Amino acid sequence: MSPEIKPDFLISPEGLRVDGRRPDEMRPIELKVGVLKQADGSASIRQGKTYIIAGVYGPRELHPRHLTLNDRAYLRVEYRMATFSVPDRKRPAPSRREKEISMVIANALKPALFLEEFPKAVVDVFIQVIQADGGTRCAAINAASLALADAGIPMKSLIPSVAVGKADGQLIVDLGDEEDKYGQGDVPMAIIPNTEELTLLQQDGSFTREELQEAMQMGINACKYLHELQKEALRRAYVKKTPDEEDDEDDEDDDFDDDLETDLGEAELMEDE
Amino acid sequence: MAVYFQKREVVVPGQLLAEGRYRASFGTYGEDGKIFSSLVGLAELRGNTVKVVALEGAYIPKEGDLVIGIITLVAGNNWKVDIGGPYGASLHANNALRRPYSDDISEYMDIGDVIAAEIIAFDRGSGPFLGMKGRGLRVLQGGMILNVSPAKIPRIIGRRGSMINMIKDHLNIQTMVGQNGRIWIRAPSTEVLRLAIKAFRTIEAQAHTSKLTDRISEMLSEEMAKIKASSSPGNEIDSEEVDVPDDISDEDESDVELEPESEYEVMTEAVEDESVEVEAEAQVIEEEDEKKNEEVSEE
Repeated sequence: MSPEIKPDFLISPEGLRVDGRRPDEMRPIELKVGVLKQADGSASIRQGKTYIIAGVYGPRELHPRHLTLNDRAYLRVEYRMATFSVPDRKRPAPSRREKEISMVIANALKPALFLEEFPKAVVDVFIQVIQADGGTRCAAINAASLALADAGIPMKSLIPSVAVGKADGQLIVDLGDEEDKYGQGDVPMAIIPNTEELTLLQQDGSFTREELQEAMQMGINACKYLHELQKEALRRAYVKKTPDEEDDEDDEDDDFDDDLETDLGEAELMEDE
Repeated sequence: MAVYFQKREVVVPGQLLAEGRYRASFGTYGEDGKIFSSLVGLAELRGNTVKVVALEGAYIPKEGDLVIGIITLVAGNNWKVDIGGPYGASLHANNALRRPYSDDISEYMDIGDVIAAEIIAFDRGSGPFLGMKGRGLRVLQGGMILNVSPAKIPRIIGRRGSMINMIKDHLNIQTMVGQNGRIWIRAPSTEVLRLAIKAFRTIEAQAHTSKLTDRISEMLSEEMAKIKASSSPGNEIDSEEVDVPDDISDEDESDVELEPESEYEVMTEAVEDESVEVEAEAQVIEEEDEKKNEEVSEE
């Protein structure tokens, strides 16, 4: 990759951004659920050039034991960037930044999860950044939330996340890499869409009170759009898993109901003579 | 009072399912009079109870569940048992053996043994405890363990065991289905075993389609007919009832691969008279036939 040069402007005279987007326009987003075979749940996200895969394992037995929480499951998030994900080789050892982002993501996801259903266990979330082009922590939250749902972890809601920032004095949604580096500020946020509860809000750069309030409103709107994409991706994955639903309806619909009702008294009786 | 989903609709976490006097059940949560889904799955309304049937998920023990476990540790008068999922279970000797029993309980069951047991207690404070005092709860000998997703087990058992009983009737196998997603199968021959695995895998893959029992039944009849045709008529396949003659006792029965159809039939024909002479009333399995055939050719 050629050495990066600072673009002359982040907002063109026509009011468009470096990649031609409007200020409130997001990059094209592609979400996929169930991309890993070995994981209990998985999802991938492509957001512009950013590409991230998240895998979820568990709930399973927690090792090392001393981390055990007696009233709920431990949520262990590991955010990692591949050595080839950035222009200069990223050294493979976990960096301070990766550890912090892991913690931030865990905190953003935790309020939505019903972890108290699995005391003493652990839910592992592994996030691998394959290609980084700005907004990786937000994209990671989007993917991780989908992967958790795919793993069958009970949750209040999916968590959408997006970054709002400021470039050339203009508030912009979903920062790309250049806007992140050369812009004047960055506010990553994540919400629970139904209640608009914030589960992540960080900021760097300086914003006035009015700017921050407007930025948050833009972020909430973008998150709601993302939430629709997440729900659709999840449904798409599961409708595929339930093929030929169209065949005849009524009679075996009831049949189906009863099939799900399997009480153990019967299961016990059916062992071999 | 309103319900916001179709029957068997795929719902996602956070989706509003019902409002008003409905009761939240498995896979859902209630928040000021509204019921939301907490899982991806199929929404169901039964009476005024809303539930979501999960399509994925680890095994969470429930009291009364029949599970198939593997002993991982013998500690004093407890066995530690792996039952899959996040929780390791323990089985106390008092719940498994009739007193008096020896101090060294590894005499009865040891590491690696596969057992069928029942969850007798499980709550948030104390891990699952197993019991083996019930009909059919015992150490499982021979056979194999097939792992399937625990969420698909209800479908494999079927309504009042309809599915599993149908499979047993067709294949004439011994099997036990644990709620923890493990299925123990002991079949009289490799082919039947393969067929049984195929059947269970098919159910797992198509768990949420209708008329599944009929389709599986059809598939099994066809396949069994093929197997019957390929083995010689009149020869009963039952490894347990066969006493192996001395000359072939070193033969490992389970490893013997049955011959392809055509070749095999020729052999049985060639051997028929011989076997009548040698063992007129005995039930003969294929392996013996093969062996004898070799003898014949040597002569």
